Amino acid sequence: MKAKVYVNLKPGVLDPQGKAIHHSVELLGYRGISDVRQGKYFEIALDGTLGEEQARDSVARLAREVLTNPIIEDYRVEIEA
Amino acid sequence: MKFGVIVFPGSNCDHDAYHVISKHVGQPVDFIWHRDTDLNSYDAIIIPGGFSYGDYLRAGALARFSPVMNSLKQYAREGGLVLGICNGFQILCEAGLLPGALIRNRDLHFICDHIFVRVENADTPFTSELQPRAVLRLPIAHAEGNYVCDDATLEELRRENRIVFRYCDKQGNVSAEANPNGSRDNIAGICNAERNVLGLMPHPERACEDLLGSSDGRDIFRSLAATLTLAV
Repeated sequence: MKAKVYVNLKPGVLDPQGKAIHHSVELLGYRGISDVRQGKYFEIALDGTLGEEQARDSVARLAREVLTNPIIEDYRVEIEA
Repeated sequence: MKFGVIVFPGSNCDHDAYHVISKHVGQPVDFIWHRDTDLNSYDAIIIPGGFSYGDYLRAGALARFSPVMNSLKQYAREGGLVLGICNGFQILCEAGLLPGALIRNRDLHFICDHIFVRVENADTPFTSELQPRAVLRLPIAHAEGNYVCDDATLEELRRENRIVFRYCDKQGNVSAEANPNGSRDNIAGICNAERNVLGLMPHPERACEDLLGSSDGRDIFRSLAATLTLAV
């Protein structure tokens, strides 16, 4: 079993890296892209001792306490069998 | 009067802080390894600049989990003086000892330069020897110094007069042009409500000798020493 955690800056928090990427993408001539926001992605291997719900709770806590700074970031957890 | 300088793996301004306390403040000072937990013998603690844990995850994020940090929180709760410089400021924010967060500089660059800050509050243990609205020339060296917080926090910081330093120009004008990194409201340093914890991005410990281009940082350490002398 594996957990995936997606971390994004909250809406409204300036993302200078996303802006720089967006700028480059525009210079390259890509069309139809209105914004780029950069985030982080974590893959967490689970040893199978927790059930899916327990694993989800545990990983969500990990995301809140370690992987994100809740002042500036949001997260989303996915559990993969 | 005894000072402590916390050393995390990756701290690199610890010796600068030690040098300033021993040479310019003239007081005893120890290095405190981040695994130590006994802070009882110290009158003031400095969290120095650097790249604790390589800035992995987020600047200051992993240092927060070092064993010394629980003791530091207790120390701060009991009124102990804590000065966080650069990475030290980032760590204090990550640990929740100061509000807000420090994100990537507006223009993405690592900035290594001398800037000006204005003393917004000279009534703290860290600024008591400075004149209100004095302009200091201090070095900065950071990639993540862009201070952010929500509207409610900013309002609280203003209302409680907890913005201690703002980026300004040479004449002391706080303006967008004088803001090196995009920090909200030109914030360069803030303190907690009790005034015993201060974090700032500029490096006063690198500005204590004319040979280094500025000695404006000395008054911050002189303030600390004066506060402690009064307290004895």
